Amino acid sequence: MSFTRSHLFASTAALLLACSPVSAEDLVIGTKSEPSSLDPQFHVLSPNMQVSLAIFEPLVRQDAQGAIEPLLAESWELASPTEWDFHLREGVTFSDGTPLTAQDVVFSLDRVAKVPNSPTPFTLFTRQIAGVEALDDTTVRITTKQAYPNLTVDLVNLPIMSKAAASGDAPEGRTTTELNRGEGLIGTGPFTFVSWQKGADLILEANTSYWGEAPDWDRVIMRPMTNPATRSAALLAGDIDMMEDVPTGSVGQIEGDANAKIVSGPPARVIFIALDQERDDSPGISGTDGENPLKIKEVREALFRAIDREGIASRVMGGAAVPAGSLGTPNMFGTSADHEVPAPADPERAAQLLEEAGYGDGFSITLGSPSGRYVNDARVAQTVAAMWSRIGVKTAVDAAAAPVFFKNRDHRAYSAYLASWGNNTGEIGTTLGAQLATYDKDAGQGSANAGRYSNPELDALLSEASKTMDDDARAKLLEEADALAMSDFAILPIHFEVPSWGLRADLEYEARADQFTLPQNVTRSE
Amino acid sequence: MSAFVINRLLQAFFVLLVMSVLVFVGIYLVGDPISMLVSPEATDLERDAVRESFGLDRPIFVQYITFLGSALQGDFGRSFLTGEPALQLILERMPATVELVGFAMFFSVVIGVPLGIIAGLRPEATFSKVIMTGSIFGFSLPTFWVGMVLIMLFAVQLGILPTSGRGETVQVGPIELSILTLDGLRHLILPALTLGLTKASLIIRVTRAATREIQAMDYIKFARAKGLSSSRILRVHLLKNVLIPIITVAGLEFGQALAFAVVTETVFSWPGMGKLLIDSILTLDRPVVVAYVLIMVLFLVLLNLVIDLLYMVIDPSSREKVRD
Repeated sequence: MSFTRSHLFASTAALLLACSPVSAEDLVIGTKSEPSSLDPQFHVLSPNMQVSLAIFEPLVRQDAQGAIEPLLAESWELASPTEWDFHLREGVTFSDGTPLTAQDVVFSLDRVAKVPNSPTPFTLFTRQIAGVEALDDTTVRITTKQAYPNLTVDLVNLPIMSKAAASGDAPEGRTTTELNRGEGLIGTGPFTFVSWQKGADLILEANTSYWGEAPDWDRVIMRPMTNPATRSAALLAGDIDMMEDVPTGSVGQIEGDANAKIVSGPPARVIFIALDQERDDSPGISGTDGENPLKIKEVREALFRAIDREGIASRVMGGAAVPAGSLGTPNMFGTSADHEVPAPADPERAAQLLEEAGYGDGFSITLGSPSGRYVNDARVAQTVAAMWSRIGVKTAVDAAAAPVFFKNRDHRAYSAYLASWGNNTGEIGTTLGAQLATYDKDAGQGSANAGRYSNPELDALLSEASKTMDDDARAKLLEEADALAMSDFAILPIHFEVPSWGLRADLEYEARADQFTLPQNVTRSE
Repeated sequence: MSAFVINRLLQAFFVLLVMSVLVFVGIYLVGDPISMLVSPEATDLERDAVRESFGLDRPIFVQYITFLGSALQGDFGRSFLTGEPALQLILERMPATVELVGFAMFFSVVIGVPLGIIAGLRPEATFSKVIMTGSIFGFSLPTFWVGMVLIMLFAVQLGILPTSGRGETVQVGPIELSILTLDGLRHLILPALTLGLTKASLIIRVTRAATREIQAMDYIKFARAKGLSSSRILRVHLLKNVLIPIITVAGLEFGQALAFAVVTETVFSWPGMGKLLIDSILTLDRPVVVAYVLIMVLFLVLLNLVIDLLYMVIDPSSREKVRD
């Protein structure tokens, strides 16, 4: 049945394409969740960012691999180590016809801190910015608080709004509520806003006055479909043209269908196990006479070596993962070349290491894990527990729904927990700074370091790298820091999730490291 | 009569108060909204700033008293996640759910009552046994599974109905309805069928039981002895009395489905309130969860009131009870 129908579909589609190669076409995307707001400066959240990148554009953007490239700013140079001059592209207009000027940039960056009620303010990306001024109509000077090499990475997340359209009576100009209705939602991007029904379709249409290459689509419909099986069914039925996050169970079905296909990679989010290395009396550990064996490097190495990463990637993750030897993916800036590929599993060596550390009889530990937050998270934890138990570390898994898991983690109720980190900067320094730098609340260092790993040498390298402007020198420092942390088994990387998209067979999409679904990058194959 | 209504409303107020405390404390015990909402990249200081802006840094009872104060003035607070008023978020989603549940209930009554009466009148017939066995399947199959099977069959294999979403809608006053367009109706069929299947099964069984019970009543025997036609007995004497338990069950089921149509809504990506509730619980978006539960409690109390009032219309003997 489905075969004849797919045939019919294919020939009809071919006919349509042949008759009118430039016919108006809609692109319907089944997304895994909807944006919490259309205000591009309300909430730092992937679904919000990908929509705002269709309507708005930042000064610079990341390509699919995470490298920085010019967008609204054609070029930039440093006037001093803390002063960046950005030259705006000529001839760019907003979708309402007004030209882009330096004033719009100043307005947009200035608005960030004024948006109220935000669950995660975009000040995350302006915290290093001391001032923004328009030198002339097409030049913007951004002053940073100190030498800060990652400014362009932050700017990627700050789309430029139209000053004329987004000004208003409130301190922030147009309010979030107004922008949600599309009022003042004027950008320079390839699409413009049409309508948004919460929980249902968000409709965009092509910006006819777009300065860059026109997208292949007249209209884009982004439809939140939280249930992955529903997304797959809708793709197979031809109701949608593209879906985010193909569930492991549907891979075979979609690959076997003549009208659909899957694109995946590059590896992105890292899944790891963090270990409490601060407290002696760590919860969930027993059989150690009140000591915390995780403080001993040999024990950590044993736990690292006990994990069969290949096995987890192929069997538990169904191939949608790449074994990790570092917190940074191999193509990430600053990842140590020595740790791109993890050392193979070696349970015998692991048992021997335990013996050397004085834990030949093993001990008991509880491994905390979220359930349903990351792909197959609890199953990965169960598998690791089995592998640890095999070398004598009797491991029980405590898997909980995400809100409960995070509460426990923040209260430091786990001595070992499985978690994940998504790096948006394309540079390993931010990951190491959050996960492994010594916890310091006031300095904002080690903010995700619930294992409280602390190594002054690592802190010094990271701090040095964070103010080194020269890319080569910074890369070297970061590689050194990464190698230091990984040789110390400060944290145990397991794998990188490989994001995937399901597509109609005649469409192309370059999978992105930031996992965004950008409708302007979806093209029809020739 | 009016004393009865006032009494009911007072009870409702008390229930609302208790529910608000339970939900408030419940969410507080589950976890910290900040760890769900704030990007992991934020530093602890940035986290604290958000916590403060949401008032979550204050003791839980202070938060509750503040909430109660504004709730009494009709302000349930703003959603942590979207920054929009919680009540508005829920009311925006309500028409879609009411439409789905209404259609599903209509379907289940239209199918369930006749089948139930047939099964009740001829309990030994093969056809009746088929109906009863079918109804067991109807309420024991999980909704999630039924929904997926219907999608795979009608949307993926046969390609005659859409998989999900609400389709084309028509603006009627402030609300959007999909029931008025052909495309909207096509989108409505599968989710309504999924949701209605369990309800229909229940109604079949209730109707059958009521029919059998009433059939044995003296007034039916008397009507028969009087020589009334069996169709008249059915319409006037039997149906009217069978309706009493059906209204109770259908009413309760309607309320239940309205508040918790979440599985069907998730499977079919139906933009209703149920999905909003589950998403809000998962992100610990307390203002939305509290407002949702309170609205639903109020709604269920009112629904029961309406059911009781309907009894009085249908069943004269219950009028006497209220007067006492």
